[in-house]
Amino acid sequence: MGIQTMTFIVVGITFALYIGIAIWAKAGSTKEFYVAGGGINPVANGMATAADWMSAASFISMAGLISFMGYDGSVYLLGWTGGYVLLALCLAPYLRKFGKFTVPDFIGDRYYSQTARTVAVVCAIFVCFTYVAGQMRGVGVVFSRFLEVDITMGVIIGMGIVFFYSVLGGMKGITYTQVAQYCVMIFAYLVPAVFISIIMTGHVIPQFGFGADLADGSGQSLLQKLDGLSTELGFTEYTSGTKSMIDVFCITAALMVGTAGLPHVIVRFFTVPKVRDARKSAGWALVFIALIYTTAPAIASFARVNMIETINGEEQTGTQYSEAASWIKNWEKTGLIQWDDKNGDGKMFYSGDERNEMKVDRDIMVLANPEIADLPVWVIALVAAGGVAAALSTSAGLLLVISTSVSHDLLKRNLMPQITDKQELFYARLAAAVGIAIAGYLGINPPGFVAQVVAFAFGLAASSFFPAIILGIFHKRMSSRGAVAGMLAGIGFTATYIIYFKFINPAASTPDNWFLGISPEGIGTIGMMINFTVAFVVYKLGAEAPDEVQQMVEDIRYPKGAGEAQAH
Amino acid sequence: MAFQSEEQKTAYWRRNIRLMLTLLAVWFGVSFGCGILLVDVLNQIPFFGFKLGFWFAQQGAIYVFVALIFVYVVKMNQLDKEFNVSEE
Repeated sequence: MGIQTMTFIVVGITFALYIGIAIWAKAGSTKEFYVAGGGINPVANGMATAADWMSAASFISMAGLISFMGYDGSVYLLGWTGGYVLLALCLAPYLRKFGKFTVPDFIGDRYYSQTARTVAVVCAIFVCFTYVAGQMRGVGVVFSRFLEVDITMGVIIGMGIVFFYSVLGGMKGITYTQVAQYCVMIFAYLVPAVFISIIMTGHVIPQFGFGADLADGSGQSLLQKLDGLSTELGFTEYTSGTKSMIDVFCITAALMVGTAGLPHVIVRFFTVPKVRDARKSAGWALVFIALIYTTAPAIASFARVNMIETINGEEQTGTQYSEAASWIKNWEKTGLIQWDDKNGDGKMFYSGDERNEMKVDRDIMVLANPEIADLPVWVIALVAAGGVAAALSTSAGLLLVISTSVSHDLLKRNLMPQITDKQELFYARLAAAVGIAIAGYLGINPPGFVAQVVAFAFGLAASSFFPAIILGIFHKRMSSRGAVAGMLAGIGFTATYIIYFKFINPAASTPDNWFLGISPEGIGTIGMMINFTVAFVVYKLGAEAPDEVQQMVEDIRYPKGAGEAQAH
Repeated sequence: MAFQSEEQKTAYWRRNIRLMLTLLAVWFGVSFGCGILLVDVLNQIPFFGFKLGFWFAQQGAIYVFVALIFVYVVKMNQLDKEFNVSEE
């Protein structure tokens, strides 16, 4: 059976599964729509959180990114896992005890201010749209590459599926679909990794194969070989990086703190029954995420050695293009691999200096991996289904936050407090539908800056939500003015820095011009510190939070009587 | 049953904070410490085919993160029981 047919079958089966779940888990009330009725098992919630978290970008691009960055790629590995420790220890249990539906809910109630609520709503919507545009694009890319429909058609099919299960099922439908999507994803990620690890090192577990000796009898370990190859070809040694230490530090911190402040991740902890479940759930989420995140660097190094050897040959002198492996030619058609025979010898050569004749896109590393390692057709189909699952699960989670922010935070709590539960549910569905339409539009006509604005999403979350929530829980006298001033200062600084270096004057974006050598990706860390500092100063100058708010903060600190997620 | 007295309440919160800060110190140590600040020193030490600093940055820290959360879960459940604020 051809790749094409197999992919249709595998992706088709997964779609049928998602739709079946959506019909089974239809939401009947706002509480089911927003937080799945607060009755999700913590392990299932952990799995759903992991699926929510693993976006198309991380599924498709992360291993490739690390493969090209070597040690510097650790910022993503540490940043996108370490944030869950902050979530579990400092945020999730308390926000669960607080027992409302959304992050703006918490900020608005804790800081007894509509301004604070509005700032939070705007940030939440902005962060989510930034993200979701990239996801829809991911769906389109996977569809067009494996199913050979064009990107527009791919995006429309993806929109249709997400529309069906998020508008119908709300959080309940999304959560159970995400559990299924995680299973598809992890299988699709691990199967090729295990195969390749066995071929290259003889180890079944990729995490062990990563540090092991190569199976080719050279007596060299994989990483020694990789370091050797890298230096020989004019790259930096794989296990040491090119970024400065302070930049690595700040990017890691911004990603960690940003993760802990992302509304679509936080809201997942409102769906479990109890405070103790919220703690446990964060643990399980990280287990499921860690499975993928510890495999990714292994894949990265296997793929790098494999790629260099296939292109440059055993002797590192280049291989004849006419005899090139079929995957090179397949991917050349997509433009993701390019060969330019500069010295006219008919041989391909890949290096980090002027001898280089190849252009290799990092996204290939995961997508072409099964082909490079000559794995069976069903594995390739599985990887396609995994990529689609990753994109769909993340977009659904984000769309839910958008729809909740509009129907609940903006309409119910702000503009139209008199609407009934039924009406609110209708508006939530309407907002989800509109959200999907806008996301789809952005997926088909992507603004050129999608990649750049991702730094934005994390930077903003790190410099706004995170400090406001932490102070809200651990500093019970913190005042509304302090928190709002802090948020505005943090966002203002971070946004200005990123906009300047990413949009206004990208040419100036070099380590010499950066503040303390910190890149725009890492500046959220400084934004966060500014937020904390400003909040404290303003708080000291004015009155402290009123007694009933302090009482409320006291209350969320103790788990007894978490109660259910409350309607108002 | 909730707390028997205000002192109990304060004591519970203190213990909670102390546990949190201890675990966060480990969190910082394995990631920012071993994986970033001390990476060059630790890279001199071989570890199952890895350089130790590199291993922490790409593998070890993540395993420790998972362990930290579960230690927190177990310790907090004990604390909840001890102070009679457990949800069961």
